[in-house]
Amino acid sequence: MKYLNLIVIMTFLIGCNDQPPAKKVLPILGNKEIVGKDTIYHSIPDFSFINQDSQIITNETFAEHAYVVDFFFISCPTICPKTTKQMLRIHDKFKDVDGINLLAHSIDPKRDTVGALKRYARNLGVTADKWHFITGDKYEIKEIADDYFSIVIEDPDAPGGYDHSGRLILIDKNRHIRSFCDGTDPGDVDRFIEDIQTLLDEK
Amino acid sequence: MRRLAFVYCLIIFGAIVLVFNSCENNNTYTHGKILYENFCANCHMEDGTGLAEVIPTLVQSDYVILNQDKLPCIIRNGLSGEITVNGKLYNTEMSGSPKLTEFEITNVINYINTAWGNKHTIQKHLDVRKALEECDAEK
Repeated sequence: MKYLNLIVIMTFLIGCNDQPPAKKVLPILGNKEIVGKDTIYHSIPDFSFINQDSQIITNETFAEHAYVVDFFFISCPTICPKTTKQMLRIHDKFKDVDGINLLAHSIDPKRDTVGALKRYARNLGVTADKWHFITGDKYEIKEIADDYFSIVIEDPDAPGGYDHSGRLILIDKNRHIRSFCDGTDPGDVDRFIEDIQTLLDEK
Repeated sequence: MRRLAFVYCLIIFGAIVLVFNSCENNNTYTHGKILYENFCANCHMEDGTGLAEVIPTLVQSDYVILNQDKLPCIIRNGLSGEITVNGKLYNTEMSGSPKLTEFEITNVINYINTAWGNKHTIQKHLDVRKALEECDAEK
């Protein structure tokens, strides 16, 4: 009788352990507004820029894809090479995986022409089917940076002429921000790569 | 008693060997390392590997080996135009660090020359001074 009780308890315990672990879901970041019964999340507004192949890049380009965003300029003497090296790591990790692209905004439209961006991409060994380097109107780029919670300030006293953050930001196909990291910190980028995988597993 | 003394000697000898070994293993250019991380690592990276075909590597770089005499001026004034490093063509402008003194430049070069498995000959401060005087005179 004593043993029977034990077996019953053990069965319950084993039953509990058999439950699958809760699946991690990335939060939707940013301010949200509640209107009636709906929650309106922060989302990336319409944009239109030109990439290294002179193609027009809009939100529609990423209608079926998540994408990783950063802000840089080619002649940047400070953090850009470090963040670009981390972007390259993400590129190499997911280059054969559908559903994730990269989008680098040049914040220096005067010097970073389409031709210069093309050369830069070629020197990195990447192409526009995975990684877009875009340029466009300087004010539109600055404005969209705010929507990605990134900072771009023109400052003649800053090295290279611009102050900006080295953040990498993950956007899902519904225009929502799902994760970000410090692109100058390889450890933080490790965690970000896991987040990208979590988003890709989300169905 | 004699045996105890022998054991003591052995322990002290072992300790001395340990201390010497740990000194030898460290890269002695600690100052050069700090300067490198502040003035060079943004582009050439902390591990010296650069960025694809945008920024050349400093690790086992034939360009670094062949241009030892030019390094002081490159660090001070920067570099532009095409260069070939380990068979790859690079054409990204490098900005100089004009604020570094000749002592600091010597330390940076010797850090690069001995870091990440590099085993290039150490540069002497007087040679760096001479190289800098020449390129400053050219300007």
